Amino acid sequence: MPKRLAYSLPDEVLEHVFSFIQSDKDRNVVSAVCKSWYEIERWCRRKIFVGNCYAVSPKMVIRRFPQVRSIELKGKPHFADFNLVPDGWGGYVLPWITEMAGAYPWLDEIRLKRMVVTDESLELIAKSFKDFKVLVLASCEGFSTDGLAALAASCKNLRELDLRESEVDDSSVHWLSHFPETYTSMVSLNISCLGSGEVSFSALERLVSRCPNLRSLKLNRAVPLDKTANILRLAPQLVEFGTCTYSAELRSDVFSNLAGAFSNCKELRSLSGFWDVVPDYLPAIYSVCSRLTSLNLSYATIQSPDLIMLVSHCPSLQRLLVLDYIEDSGLEALASNCKDLQELRVFPSDPFDAEPNASLTEQGLVAVSLGCPKLQSVLYFCRRMSNAALVTIAQNRPNLTRFRLCIIEPNTADYLTGEPFDVGFGAIVEHCKDLIRLSLSGLLTDCVFEYIGKYAKKLEMLSVAFAGDSDLGLHHVLSGCESLRKLEIRDCPFGDEALLTNAAKLETMRSLWMSSCSVSFEACKLLTQKMPRLNVE
Amino acid sequence: IKEQEEIEAKAIQIGSKDRSKKRVEASCFVSMEVGRKMANMLGTDHDLNFKETELCLGLPGGIAVVAAGNETESSSSPKTNGKRGFSETVDLKLNLQSKESTMDLNKNLDDNGSKEKSGSAKDPAKPPAKAQVVGWPPVRSYRKNIMANQKNSSEESGNSGAALVKVSMDGAPYLRKVDLKMYKSYQELSDALAKMFSSFTMGNYGPQGMIDFMNESKLMDLLNSSDYVPSYEDKDGDWMLVGDVPW
Repeated sequence: MPKRLAYSLPDEVLEHVFSFIQSDKDRNVVSAVCKSWYEIERWCRRKIFVGNCYAVSPKMVIRRFPQVRSIELKGKPHFADFNLVPDGWGGYVLPWITEMAGAYPWLDEIRLKRMVVTDESLELIAKSFKDFKVLVLASCEGFSTDGLAALAASCKNLRELDLRESEVDDSSVHWLSHFPETYTSMVSLNISCLGSGEVSFSALERLVSRCPNLRSLKLNRAVPLDKTANILRLAPQLVEFGTCTYSAELRSDVFSNLAGAFSNCKELRSLSGFWDVVPDYLPAIYSVCSRLTSLNLSYATIQSPDLIMLVSHCPSLQRLLVLDYIEDSGLEALASNCKDLQELRVFPSDPFDAEPNASLTEQGLVAVSLGCPKLQSVLYFCRRMSNAALVTIAQNRPNLTRFRLCIIEPNTADYLTGEPFDVGFGAIVEHCKDLIRLSLSGLLTDCVFEYIGKYAKKLEMLSVAFAGDSDLGLHHVLSGCESLRKLEIRDCPFGDEALLTNAAKLETMRSLWMSSCSVSFEACKLLTQKMPRLNVE
Repeated sequence: IKEQEEIEAKAIQIGSKDRSKKRVEASCFVSMEVGRKMANMLGTDHDLNFKETELCLGLPGGIAVVAAGNETESSSSPKTNGKRGFSETVDLKLNLQSKESTMDLNKNLDDNGSKEKSGSAKDPAKPPAKAQVVGWPPVRSYRKNIMANQKNSSEESGNSGAALVKVSMDGAPYLRKVDLKMYKSYQELSDALAKMFSSFTMGNYGPQGMIDFMNESKLMDLLNSSDYVPSYEDKDGDWMLVGDVPW
C-alpha cells in the first residue's frame, strides 16, 4: 500500500472510525490492512472473544490488546454437557484472571462458558476490577456461595450477575446479604441454578426493592410460589422473569394475589422457570401472555391440553422451549397461533425410556415448519422420523439457520421406508442455504456427508453421532464445508486417513472433538508433527 | 466401595488369582454406573489399572494412551496458561466402553454369563435393561437431574414435592403445609412454623387481609417459654419430644 495513503488520516481520526466497528471479524480485517492500522486498532480494541481458551495464552492477548474492557472465554467442548469430558480436563479460568488482574484494571465485563471457576477466581475478580459490572457464568462449575459473597460485598457497580446452568456449591453463606444496603445497581440477576439452601428470601426481597433498574430476574426453585407475588410487586418494571417453583396447594387468595402482581408487569416479555407446575396456577399469567415473546416451559411437566391453552394466549411468541408433553396436537396449535415464532426447542420428558410417553412425532415439527414462516432455529427430540417429513420441512422452511434433530434411539431408520436419513438431511442442507448449525441423528451412511460437503457452505457447527460407514464421510465434511468452525463426532467409523489428509483444514477451525471413533494414537502424533501450531489431545 | 469389596471377595472365593480378570470385572461395573465421582474414586483410591478400558484413541483393546508430561491423574493444579502441547495431554481415564464392548456387555447381561466381562453385579431390583450409552441422548445432566426429581416426587406422593406435611394450629382459620426437605434442623422447622402462623397477625396477604385473631408476641412467648416443650405425634400415633430422634 502506498505510504501516503496509509498516513493520510491522523491516528485519532482512524481510532474514532474504528470505534464504530464492533464485530470481531471486522476488527480482525481492519488490523490486517497495514501495520499502522494494526497498531491503532490493537490499542482501541475493547472487547475480546476467545472461543477456545487454549487457542491463545492470556499473556499474548494482553500483549496485543492492552486496553480491553470486556472479555468472553469458552472452555470445555460442547460434549462436556453430556458427561463425555472427564473431570480435570481443564478450562480453568484462574490463570486468565490472574494475568488480567494486573493488566486490565478497568476490565468490567467477564463472560465465561463451560469453564472451571474457583472461589479464588471470584475473590480475585472482586478485588482487582474496581468498576466491575458484568459477570456471566454459563455452565460453569467449581465455585461456591463464598465466591458470590465476595462479589456481592465488593462490586459496587455490579449490574449483571448471571449464573445460568452453573453448578454452585452451597457453603451456607447468605451471600445475598453481602450486598450492602447502599448497593442499588442490579439490572440482571439469574440465580435459577442455585439450590434450596442458597438464597435468603428476605435478603432477595430487600435487594429487589432497592434496585430500580432491575430488568431481568430469574429466581431459583426454592422460593415458594406465594412469595412470587411479593417480588413482582416490588419490581413491576421487569422485562424477564424466571419463576421459582410454580406449585402450591391451590388457594384463591394466593392465586388472585399472583394474578394481580403479574398484571402490574406491563413490560414483561419473557417468562421461564415453572418447575413443578400446578396447572391451576397457570392462568395467573394470562394477563401478560399477549405480550410474551419468549416462554421457557422446558421444566414444566404439564400435559398437552394445558400447554395448548397457554400457547393460544401467546400470539406474539418468538421463542418457545417445551417438553414433548406438548405433543403433535400442541405443536399444531402453536403453528396456527404463533406466526412470529423464530425458535422452537422440544425436549424429551423421559429420554431413557424406549417407549414414547407422549404422542410427539415428526408430524408436530412438520406442522410448525408449515405454519411459522419466521422459524429459524429448531432443536427437536423425537422417537420417529421420515425422509419425507425432512424434505417437507426443508422445502417449507429454507430460512432455517439452526437445525438440530435428535432421534432418540441411535441408528433408527425412516419409519416409513426403512431407509437411512441421507436424503432427508440432504434436503435440509440443500434448501437451507444459510444453515450455520446442524445436528444429525438416526441411521446415516456416508452419503449424507457427501451432501453436507456439497451444499452446507455456510455451516459453522456440525454434531454427528452413530453415523457413517467409512473415512469418506469425514473427508467429505472437512474438504467441503468451507465455513466449518466446530465439529464434534462420537461413535463413528472415521479414522486416520481423512484426518491427516485434511490436516490443514483444522487450523481454520475452532475445535474438533472425536470420541469412540477409529483414530489412532500414531495418527495424532503425525498430526502434531504436520501441524505444530495445533493443540492436539 | 462396598460393592468393590464384594467383587474382590468373590474373586478370592472362586480362587481366581488373575488380577486382570478382577480389574476388568470391577471396571465393567463402574462403567455401567458412569458416575464421574465413582470413576475418580476408583481410579485414585485403589491401585487398579484401568488400562484395558481406558479411552484410547484407537480400537478397543488396542494401543493405550501414555500419560505424558507432568500431569498427575488427580491433578488439581490449573493448567499452565497458553496452549497445551502434545506432551501435556491429559490421560483420559474415562472408563468408557466403546460400542463394541457395550454390545458384549449387553449379550452377557442376557446370558448372565461369567465370562471376562460379566456384568452380573448389577442391582437385582432393577430389570437388566440394556446398558445406557454414555452421554446419549444428548440431554444435559442439569436437565436430567431436575426431570428425575420431578418424576420421583410425582411417583411418590401424587402431589408435587416429596415431604409435604400438613400443620394445623388450634385457633388458626386453616391448615398450612410445610415441605420438610426445606429445613435442616428442628430449630429451623420450629422457627418457620412460628413465622408461618404468626404471620396471620400481619395481614400480608394483599388486599384480602386477615383478621387479627392472635397476638404475635403472645405466640412467640409461648414458643420460647420453658413451660412448654415442642412435641409431635409420629406415624404410630405416639407423642414424641422434639429432638429425641435426630433430624
